[in-house]
Amino acid sequence: MSTTDTEKNAGTRSRRRTRLTDTLELDTRLLGMIGAFIAVLVIFNVMTDGRFLTPRNIFNLSIQTVSVAIMATGMVFVIVTRHIDLSVGALLATCSAVMAMMQTAWLPQYLGLPLGHPLIPWLAIAAGLITGALIGAFQGWLAGYLMVPAFIVTLGGLLVWRNTGWYLTNGQTIGPLDPTFQMFGGINGTLGETWSWIFGVAATLAALGALWFARRDKQRHGFQVKPLWAEIVLAGLIAAVILGFIAVLNSYQIPEARLRRTFEARGEVMPEGYTEAYGLPYSVLLLIVVAVVMTVIARKTRLGRYIFATGGNPQAAELSGINTRLLTVKVFAIMGALCAISAVVASARLTNHSNDIGTLDELRVIAAAVIGGTALAGGIGTIYGAILGALIMQSLQSGMAMVGVDAPLQNIVVGSVLVLAVLIDIIYRRRTGRG
Amino acid sequence: MTPLVEMRNISIAFGGVQAVDDVSIDLHPGEVVGLLGHNGAGKSTLIKILSGAYKADSGEILIDGEKVEINSPRDARAHNIETIHQTLALADNLPAPANLFLGRELRTMFGFLDDSRMESETRKIMARLNPNFKKVAEPVSALSGGQRQSVAIARAVYFNARILIMDEPTAALGVHETKMVADLIMELKAQGLGIFLISHDTREMMSLCDRVSVMKNGQLIGTERVEDVTEDEILSMIILGKKAPEAV
Repeated sequence: MSTTDTEKNAGTRSRRRTRLTDTLELDTRLLGMIGAFIAVLVIFNVMTDGRFLTPRNIFNLSIQTVSVAIMATGMVFVIVTRHIDLSVGALLATCSAVMAMMQTAWLPQYLGLPLGHPLIPWLAIAAGLITGALIGAFQGWLAGYLMVPAFIVTLGGLLVWRNTGWYLTNGQTIGPLDPTFQMFGGINGTLGETWSWIFGVAATLAALGALWFARRDKQRHGFQVKPLWAEIVLAGLIAAVILGFIAVLNSYQIPEARLRRTFEARGEVMPEGYTEAYGLPYSVLLLIVVAVVMTVIARKTRLGRYIFATGGNPQAAELSGINTRLLTVKVFAIMGALCAISAVVASARLTNHSNDIGTLDELRVIAAAVIGGTALAGGIGTIYGAILGALIMQSLQSGMAMVGVDAPLQNIVVGSVLVLAVLIDIIYRRRTGRG
Repeated sequence: MTPLVEMRNISIAFGGVQAVDDVSIDLHPGEVVGLLGHNGAGKSTLIKILSGAYKADSGEILIDGEKVEINSPRDARAHNIETIHQTLALADNLPAPANLFLGRELRTMFGFLDDSRMESETRKIMARLNPNFKKVAEPVSALSGGQRQSVAIARAVYFNARILIMDEPTAALGVHETKMVADLIMELKAQGLGIFLISHDTREMMSLCDRVSVMKNGQLIGTERVEDVTEDEILSMIILGKKAPEAV
């Protein structure tokens, strides 16, 4: 066969593939990322003789990803509006310090709440959220109204907030944190088997409902809809992913010794042969809620529309009457609040607050957003992409750790992957003429 | 008759450069007034004051004979002043409907963006303005110059403008599309809109406008009815910055 023939065949094949993805209205970029993610999972699974894709490791991967993934969703908005936030790791530390001090010192001392009082974790979280949002808003004000480049504001913030955290705790490690608070950390707070299934089914129904509503809405306006079979394939995929994930988490059994201790603590005796699974961790549930809320903001609200419009063309946004300065404040305030949520998860996972919490997270968060397809030139980015980016990064890191790659090489690989991902993205965009 | 718009003694300076210097112009309903002059003569700056992008250092703006404050593009829009900017002012990463409704999104009763309704409204107005327009769902960066222009025009026309500002609306267009814009200007004029038109094409201006105002170095050289002057006289006003000597 001559080369031209092969080329022609390749041409028709790729055209057919494009048509298939067009029919499904799937983002080819998203498919590429999912492909990369699956490749990482499979390769490490082979290299570890199947130890990588065990329920236990998938559970651990999920809870390790949450903190960075939550912040990455906010970083999407920041980068889409053509800014950057280098202070997220430091801001996480300050929020974590505020929450730790609230729980262990301030609330007991000043409000007289005894340790273990049921209000303590919630008041602490509220204080953390307010701290994060206010500091974020302040940085946004410096960038938006006083026109100090966000790079500089948050580079300064990286030093300022890391060490503000230090002063709040006098450099001490604060712990143990409130037991209820610790439930947001991962292994110490899970939905259990039954509720995980209930959540999985509810989430599946909600997703399918959303698909159906979108289709009906399009039909009502007389727009073209994709063929019904395509819709069903998509619905099937979504259901399989959600329910499959729940099934995996539900097959990770709580160790017998730990179960026995729980029963003993309640003054009961564990029945012989009793088993219980962890199920969905609260921290992952939190990430899912954040992802849904951020996606709705991005796609269905004016705020989200203005964020993307401003990123695409700041002058046009201003000429359309959008207050781009205030928008900057809002975007950084959201970023700050998300840092606080991540601080809850990160400190709860460690069961204490330490000064170096969140160190280098700014780089992981930015990398997750960028690997997830957020363009530094602004205007382009998705929430799900950033979360997928965080997952890919975390899988790489823990996969290499499991294979026994030493830490310096791990960092070299992660750094190279970041640059490579952006390069591939640039080539992809040049080819498809998008962005 | 009270003019639709009067801009009186408008001045604005940027860092020592007097971009607009004591300029007064007016516009009546159903009238097209052209602004002519070299690059940097102050035309775009003057109309950007009317569209709320800049705030004048001094001078006043009257609409229907009443003094108004225009401090932002939002204020201008509230007075039914719509602008088609020379740069088109489109967010390239967003599709036509998002651009058309930017800053004035249609929302559902729950306060969320009603993308379907915005898309169907966009289809309706584009069918009227540019029947060839099909790429409603794609980012406007994927559109041709003419199509982008029609999105910008649709945005100005959709919201029932009374005063329309068109800054170089045909600069990026081919012959056919230029004709479409000219027809549209005539149609809108017949509907009673007042239109400020900026262009470099003197011949086009002579055929589309009722009056032309010539600017040079930020100053108004003069305003003439097109039937009272020849194209050469206008050209000499642009180049020499002087009114043509009175016809004997």
